[in-house]
Amino acid sequence: MAPNAVAGADTFPKLLVRNAQLYGDRPAVRHKDLGIWQTWTWREALEIVRAYAVGLHNLGVKRGETIAIVGGNRPRLYWSVTAAQMLGAIPVPVYADAVADELAFVVAHADVRFAAVEDQEQVDKIQSVLGRVPKLEMMVYDEKRGLRDYDHSKLRAMEDVIADGRKALADPKVAAWLDKEIETGKGSDPSIILYTSGTTGTSKGVVLTCEGSIKAASDTVAFDKLTETDVALAYLPLAWVGDHYLNYAQGMVSGFCMACPESPDTAMADLREIGPSFYFAPPRTLELLLTRMMIRMEDAGVIKRRMFHYFIDVARRYGERILNGEQVPLSGRLLYALGNVFVYGPLKNVLGFSCVRIAYTAGEAVGPDLFSFYRSIGLNLKQLYGQTEAFLYLTAQPDGEIYSDTVGAVCPNVDVRISEDGEVQFKSPGMFSGYFKDDAKTAEVMTPDGYVKTGDAGFFDEKTGHLKIIDRTKDVGKLTDGTMFPPKYIENKLKFYPNIREAVAIGDKRDFVTVMLNIDLTAVGSWAERNNVVYASYQELAGHPLVYDMLEKHVAEVNRSLAADKVMAGAQIARFLILHKELDPDDGEITRTLKVRRGFIADRYSPLIKALYDGSSEADISTEVTFEDGRKGTISARVKIRDMKIEPTPTMGKAA
Amino acid sequence: MRAVGGPDVAVGDVLLSVENVSLSFGGVKAVSDVSFDIRKGEIRAIIGPNGAGKTSMLNVINGFYQPQKGRITFKGQTRAKMRPHDAAYGGIARTFQNVALFRGMTALDNIMAGRTLKMHANFFWQLLRYGPALREEVEHREHVEEIIDFLKIQEIRRVPVGRLPYGLQKRVELGRALAMEPELLLLDEPMAGMNLEEKEDMSRFVLDVNDHYGTTIALIEHDMGVVMDLSDRVVVLDHGNKIADGTPDEVKRNQAVIDAYLGVAH
Repeated sequence: MAPNAVAGADTFPKLLVRNAQLYGDRPAVRHKDLGIWQTWTWREALEIVRAYAVGLHNLGVKRGETIAIVGGNRPRLYWSVTAAQMLGAIPVPVYADAVADELAFVVAHADVRFAAVEDQEQVDKIQSVLGRVPKLEMMVYDEKRGLRDYDHSKLRAMEDVIADGRKALADPKVAAWLDKEIETGKGSDPSIILYTSGTTGTSKGVVLTCEGSIKAASDTVAFDKLTETDVALAYLPLAWVGDHYLNYAQGMVSGFCMACPESPDTAMADLREIGPSFYFAPPRTLELLLTRMMIRMEDAGVIKRRMFHYFIDVARRYGERILNGEQVPLSGRLLYALGNVFVYGPLKNVLGFSCVRIAYTAGEAVGPDLFSFYRSIGLNLKQLYGQTEAFLYLTAQPDGEIYSDTVGAVCPNVDVRISEDGEVQFKSPGMFSGYFKDDAKTAEVMTPDGYVKTGDAGFFDEKTGHLKIIDRTKDVGKLTDGTMFPPKYIENKLKFYPNIREAVAIGDKRDFVTVMLNIDLTAVGSWAERNNVVYASYQELAGHPLVYDMLEKHVAEVNRSLAADKVMAGAQIARFLILHKELDPDDGEITRTLKVRRGFIADRYSPLIKALYDGSSEADISTEVTFEDGRKGTISARVKIRDMKIEPTPTMGKAA
Repeated sequence: MRAVGGPDVAVGDVLLSVENVSLSFGGVKAVSDVSFDIRKGEIRAIIGPNGAGKTSMLNVINGFYQPQKGRITFKGQTRAKMRPHDAAYGGIARTFQNVALFRGMTALDNIMAGRTLKMHANFFWQLLRYGPALREEVEHREHVEEIIDFLKIQEIRRVPVGRLPYGLQKRVELGRALAMEPELLLLDEPMAGMNLEEKEDMSRFVLDVNDHYGTTIALIEHDMGVVMDLSDRVVVLDHGNKIADGTPDEVKRNQAVIDAYLGVAH
């Protein structure tokens, strides 16, 4: 598809009309229902959305109003988005698993009068907070089950709303009116409000314009050469910018088919059946898949297992280089081709990756091993970096320029700069027009010259020109000599080693960087078994000199990789220790989502931190622990400290 | 779908009545002279302390045990003896206290097995899996898919039942019973061994089955909270005797019931 074919269509409803003309008989949406994949073509989708829009209008939805969309990836909910946009109303998707409290906040904050919801569960949830959302007048629901006996004065089934609209549309006057409504929509109108999940305080409603959204999506559609023949599986939360961008917006622009899974739990099986050509997965999902695969391989027969490991090893040596189009010896190519027949092909088939042309991952740091594993078996996995405020993409890795530690080159038409204090700032076509009803917060994130602050610290890699993200700006500290100290960046590098479960880096306002490590009992335990290291407890294993030796090697490798970056070279690890106990959410040391609580740890382990900086080679510590049943006890230990060699840097420059 | 009744359809005529039933194994009296009825569209609970004869009662209704005395009337037909397959043909389905599924078969196949009685194609066609047998299988599969959707177990369709956690096995078993399109569904401790969340899910399904398919349900359950919330009427057994019968509230206040559960000073 030529990118300029979008010209003229500056809203999603107009794009839908265009797609119905261009790709009328091609599939627009698929959904597995009662075990069978149902398909709607672009023409059918347009017909349904038109009927739905008229139905909603008859219920009283007006231009400029907001409509909450609550539920999972179901065709009718996506159509609710387009139908609302057709009337000039603004869809506000809400996470299906949001608790009633969060739901009430968004619905109330966005002044929602109408809500399109998935099923009884969501209806119940909204009804439980009706008191807090006085403006809500009407809910339409997709799944009828269990709702038969509800009071229908404020409830309608989507099916009925669409049927009503269809009847009304038989009148040519109504059809003409709707055509005019679609025409009235302007590119500068707000297209959607996406509420950020709110890891930092309450959630904010990011307002995106029609034109901006479409421009941004057009750029990446061209970048990845997506066409109407592509297929994507929409299995990520509907309310998340990623789903709205990758599936909804890109699908509308390129005309590709979006497949909705049968249920959230069947996504993996559905993936295999659909065989998408465009795929996105957060690193956590990729990790889960890999682990599951490895466990199943261990259960396989001897021949299969040996074949698997042999060819995975071949893939490790040549796979990525072949994918990147580099020089590979003929023998390597032959072996890889053989491996493709016996291992990689079947493996990708089982995972549903057989047809994947472009795969992305983003959201958090991805381990280099994990990343290269998927690439080595021939999956074109790439990283991107983006934000809701930017309507997703800021940078993405172009084909052939893939580095596991960068998030890629700046996307076309996007302007990214690094501020004085290391913060990534951007201007992009899809840039948001502001936070809904919150000018103060909008002003906070905008620079005077119109850039948006991301809150992430990063820098451009000198060799590749790609962006590297290191941490949230507010977490980045400085050593006493002014070197930038990004704790999470260092910790992530350490945590990529299977032996290291958790790491805490210390260094803000100190002379040098030190780390406290947690070993991974499973990984180190199995290593100990193989190497005849006898231990009775976690504490004993953690303090074992051989374990220290092993981790010392890991830390040294991390130092070497830090030294390779001019900006990071000063933040090498000078000393480390292995903690005598696991960091535990029950003790308040890490959050339930496994994020390190720095302040608390600094306080609790102050004797150890003191020892790390006063040069002593060991320290005593005694900490209170909470057992599973709530009883408390204390653990005392003598923890050893190791000194590390600081790698010389090629250019001993310091960060600005 | 085939919604027949529902709570708004008032609980109607007597579907099944048990009159003066006695059952003993040698010298042990499992059930003695018990009478009660189950009305169309209701959820009827049978409760009682351990060894009260609840499961025996269910087995009598189901035709698995033959009572020495008494009569059972189901849909107006009185039988001295009811055999399990008569019961099944007549529209009585059940689940078991200890899950009784085909462990090596997938959830889908297990539920399909519940359609066996409705299969009419002869052995020859079934062997070929062609013609009428194939058409029939497609029809049954559609019905089974609706049940899978209803019980929200799409993700385990192809998983051998033996690999499933207990709570899901119970759900598959309920699915198999539903596949028979029963008029009367007997549930023997559907929530035994479940955690709170699984219990809530199961309760929701029991109510939905009653509402959506209009199925009459008789269940044995130990969790009093569940019984009081779900059932329309409760019959209480103790040592094989009926000691109370009525709405949950009535039963809760009944002194004999309180004594049976808490014990009395002699």
